[in-house]
Amino acid sequence: MTAWAGLFHGRGQPDTDRAILLRMHGVRLELQGKTVLDGLDLELATGEIHGLLGANGSGKSSLAHAVMGCEAYRPSAGEIVFEGRRIDDLPMHERARLGITLAWQEPARFEGLGIRDYLRIGESAADVNDCLRRVGLDPDDYADRAVDKTLSGGERKRVELAAVLAMQPKLAILDEPTAGIDLLSLDALVDVIEALKTAGSTVLLITHQADVAAHADRASQLCGGRIVCQGETARVLEHYRKRVCRRCDGKICHV
Amino acid sequence: MSELKPIFDLFSTAGWAPPPIPEAAHLVAYGHQLASLKSLPGVRVEASTSDTGIVAEVVIAAGMRVDQPIHLCFGLYQQFGLQNVRLALTLEPGAQATLWSHCLFAVPLAARHTMLGEFHLGEGAQLRHQEAHYHGASGDIEVLPHARVTLEKGARYLADFSLVEGRVGRLDIDYTVDVGEAAVAELTSRIYGFGTDSIRLREALILNGPGAKGLLKSRVAVRDEARAEVFGIMEGNAAGARGHVDCMEIVRDRAEVSAVPEVRVRHPQAKVTHEAAIGSVDSTQLETLMARGLAPDEAVDLIVRGMLA
Repeated sequence: MTAWAGLFHGRGQPDTDRAILLRMHGVRLELQGKTVLDGLDLELATGEIHGLLGANGSGKSSLAHAVMGCEAYRPSAGEIVFEGRRIDDLPMHERARLGITLAWQEPARFEGLGIRDYLRIGESAADVNDCLRRVGLDPDDYADRAVDKTLSGGERKRVELAAVLAMQPKLAILDEPTAGIDLLSLDALVDVIEALKTAGSTVLLITHQADVAAHADRASQLCGGRIVCQGETARVLEHYRKRVCRRCDGKICHV
Repeated sequence: MSELKPIFDLFSTAGWAPPPIPEAAHLVAYGHQLASLKSLPGVRVEASTSDTGIVAEVVIAAGMRVDQPIHLCFGLYQQFGLQNVRLALTLEPGAQATLWSHCLFAVPLAARHTMLGEFHLGEGAQLRHQEAHYHGASGDIEVLPHARVTLEKGARYLADFSLVEGRVGRLDIDYTVDVGEAAVAELTSRIYGFGTDSIRLREALILNGPGAKGLLKSRVAVRDEARAEVFGIMEGNAAGARGHVDCMEIVRDRAEVSAVPEVRVRHPQAKVTHEAAIGSVDSTQLETLMARGLAPDEAVDLIVRGMLA
């Protein structure tokens, strides 16, 4: 049995009893003249683990940045609604204060900023040591180190996941959380997602790896800037495995 | 010790905890007035004063390992003042010490402080030199620390200059270090300028001895109308010499920074490298912190403070 087995319940149907936490409707995003999201619709129910699958270049990270409110990723059309409130015009930090956060695919490094302090940003009351242990980092070895270039890529990503845990968000967007992380820390990732779920967080798990997404409650497949398949994870995965392209060229190649 | 009260008051103004000066070897001076002086066995501290300045000498005996930091405290508590210091510092072979230099100019509306240093570290000697400045809020302060440092075989000189609170005024740092065989020199400077502050930072490591090693690290942040010029000079003149210049400068508002690296190699087996990053706050860093709920100003402040920590 793998570390993933039994973690998620893999419900086949959307839980209609749960409130919608995030709703994206008709979202259109253009970057440097290229349409990245093209009238995208997506709903996340409160408390669900939602896998977002797509080939490289299909717009997964752009979607994450658009939800988070990154300056260069403001949609030109459509709406993004969080807990019933439109957040399209809110800057990033205000969205974060509503309870949205993002674990970056390639998180930034900070000279002189200690890991303990990094995890306490936003006056988090979480137990820093516990958050570090959950991502496989010994607090005695890491809490006083800086979030700088002395950390390996895998260590930095683990710190990022610990920071998301510490923030206790309503919506945690994990952008390719396994990229650059050694196999050992896949277990740590499982623990992180389990902890987030237990704490009531909704998780948008962005990945191009089917084995990672397999443990989501529900999943969606992004292709050519649109959701082309959504629902039961197993069915979406089956659809995803039959995709034609390995790298998305911006067109829908797989409906 | 009543003669130390003014310097402790200046520490308090700067928001710093007063160090244990009375017990340590030390020299405390206000303007050209010598307030307190203390030698300890193996650590000789001498000074003379005149209307034109202070001439001080610190000698640490051969093989002496000084556990408690030696304190040099210079300050002014008049509204206008001048302080000229000539300092000769010698670590005899095998001596080890930590030197804390505190320069406190919190009170003056206008002042000028100059320091001409001659530091000599004998064979195998080690000095950790931490120099912290606080110049108050006036901005009409001129501070000019200049020094020549000589490192004999196997000596180590680790220096850390910090001016990150209060105004800078006009700062002109000029240090040249002659690094001998298998000796090591590391100079780190952290400076935060704003208003109309003017910063000139010139540091040169001349790696003259075989196997000499050097690191120049500058961290300068400026905002408002502040100006900074950073000259990092590294010369590799002997076999096995290794040097690295690492500059990072953050610029905001209408401030301006120029960084002039000068790396020179005169021996085929020497190697000198350089890296520099100058610009506004990195947008990825900014967004990472904003995604944690920090407003842009809070995020920038945290990034700058971290860089200068």
